[in-house]
Amino acid sequence: MSTPLDWKGYEPVLIPKISGLHQIDIYEKNGGYESLREVLLNKTKWPDAVSVVNEVKEANIRGRGGAGFNAGLKWSFMPPVDGGPRYLACNGDESEPGTFKDRKIFEYNPHLFIEGALIAAYAMSISTVYVYIRGEYRSFIQMMEKAVSDAYAKGYIGKNILGSGFSTEMVVHSGAGAYICGEETSLLESLEGKRGYPRVKPPFPAQRGLWGRPTTINNIETLANVPLVIKNGASWFKTIGAETHPGPVLYGISGHVNRPGVYELPSGMPILTLIQDVAGGMRNGKRIKAVIPGGSSTPVLRGDALEGVNMDADSLRQAGSMMGTAGMVIMDEDTDMVEVLWRISKFYHHESCGQCTPCREGTGWLEKILDKIMHGDGETRDLDLLLDVTTQMEGRTICALADAAAWPVRYTISRFREEFEARCRKSVYALA
Amino acid sequence: MEYSFSKDDLAKIDEIKSRYPEVMPATLPVLWLAQDKFGHVNEEVQKLVAETLDLPVSHVHGVAEFYTQYYKKEMGKFVLDVCTCLSCHIGGGYDILKHLEKTLGIKAGGTTNDGLFSLQEVECLGACGYAPMMQINNDVFVNHLTPEKTDQVVEGLRKGKYPEFESIAMPLNPNTSASKETV
Ligand SMILES: Cc1cc2nc3c(=O)[nH]c(=O)nc-3n(C[C@H](O)[C@H](O)[C@H](O)COP(=O)(O)O)c2cc1C
Ligand code: SF4
Repeated sequence: MSTPLDWKGYEPVLIPKISGLHQIDIYEKNGGYESLREVLLNKTKWPDAVSVVNEVKEANIRGRGGAGFNAGLKWSFMPPVDGGPRYLACNGDESEPGTFKDRKIFEYNPHLFIEGALIAAYAMSISTVYVYIRGEYRSFIQMMEKAVSDAYAKGYIGKNILGSGFSTEMVVHSGAGAYICGEETSLLESLEGKRGYPRVKPPFPAQRGLWGRPTTINNIETLANVPLVIKNGASWFKTIGAETHPGPVLYGISGHVNRPGVYELPSGMPILTLIQDVAGGMRNGKRIKAVIPGGSSTPVLRGDALEGVNMDADSLRQAGSMMGTAGMVIMDEDTDMVEVLWRISKFYHHESCGQCTPCREGTGWLEKILDKIMHGDGETRDLDLLLDVTTQMEGRTICALADAAAWPVRYTISRFREEFEARCRKSVYALA
Repeated sequence: MEYSFSKDDLAKIDEIKSRYPEVMPATLPVLWLAQDKFGHVNEEVQKLVAETLDLPVSHVHGVAEFYTQYYKKEMGKFVLDVCTCLSCHIGGGYDILKHLEKTLGIKAGGTTNDGLFSLQEVECLGACGYAPMMQINNDVFVNHLTPEKTDQVVEGLRKGKYPEFESIAMPLNPNTSASKETV
């Protein structure tokens, strides 16, 4: 952890600097679909599907959709083949505020993702792959539809792929505006053509997913790493970035920096390096007040507590936050934290699906109380009330949206308490 | 207005149905197809979709209501969805929304009297690095908005000039290249 990361010489592999790479011919000329070919046809190296699962497990690609779970390990939870259909659902819902990375794969390297999904399909004996993309990404959906149809035309998808005897289909499916559909079981409901109400777990999707059949859900970026692991080996992958959270990461940097954007760099990048050296420093030379490291649900870090904090699960946990989606929101000294928290809470209130009372009511209360504080009508005891509401939400609901809504409130208030108190009138009596 | 699907639409709907093991999953894509054709999916359109797919109207209605991108009533010719969520908020998204409310003379949620523009405040659209931004007609994103750029877009739309998809290249790691743009 103490060895400085050699990031300056890093050459992007998820989205390499090759123009026109989104076109299948150019992708093939640059070694594209070779990993799929190897896995399907080189029986000496890849004797069976399990050997592929094991290599991916060994690489420890930690899910890039937010939870950071080892992808290969997740694949190994699929039950034995029983002759019925099995599904892979690729999560391109990308709706967590601050997150805008998967769209780069759709636009610039769609075939890397498709190849990864196909390798996953082979490894888990999947009969149909569904690519779920948020409806707002219409432009990117069209790009993906084109890429999938080109891959069909070349025989990489469909019946008897490359003469291997393995067959799988791939369907691009558009969402229609609902953040909750990024939650994996809500996504399954949405794919089934229903309202996106998350399911109670267990049963887990590997047991009963789409149409009651075994299903695995993976994020787009997670799957895009797979062909690289197959081509270069798990040991290569593990040399990139942080030891316990290895591999390339698409960092989405937004907010008050000079050069916001998505950057591909090794995992474990120091946050300060990302802000100062990569994203061109703070706009107008302002001070950093706060950083949300991995999408709006991950606890905010204070600008004066960023020294030594790196973008990997361990380092962020020590600092009191999470990696999430690596969608970083950088805020300068002029930012009003009360307003920011109100806006985050408004988002979760809007997006709660309403199935669970603590979430439906709790998110509403959070927004309402913060609105009051923002407008100068709050009292200091309202801060305790907010914290009390979060306690009643966390861990008491069907899905993690309630937690995602509670964490920002809990941590923004505890880490910027003075700013919240300054906006509140002193309470005469404390909350009973 | 009479709502019906053409022969081509029905062929497309059959193709959509073939992508799934059951009929119900066709609900979302067919609602999209209907909205692209009619401009909205009001209750009559929902009924048409339900009849075409042989699904209960209550199901199609429930789905249409759940997802924000389906327009449950007639909208303006141009629907401007202004993002005010986290990164857009701190980047001035509300200023853009207010500016549009002023220039169009409507509040968010409203439609201009001439039926040309509808204005909506929306949640994160996944363009956080290019804030503030808006989406037009559930389609193209217009990024890096300023009041001036917003005016230009609105004027352009009045003249029938629809903004094009804007490809935003990944900035290069500043240390490995002198140039700023790639791909
Ligand atoms: C409320 C909520 C929203 C989520 N949104 C997304 C999303 O937009 N994209 C995504 O990949 N994962 C999202 N997730 C995480 C998924 O449930 C799931 O963990 C992930 O897609 C698994 O893929 P991975 O293991 O490759 O990361 C969300 C989770 C929750 C609780
Ligand atoms: S926690 Fe919230 S979003 Fe999740 S199922 Fe319950 S009500 Fe719906």
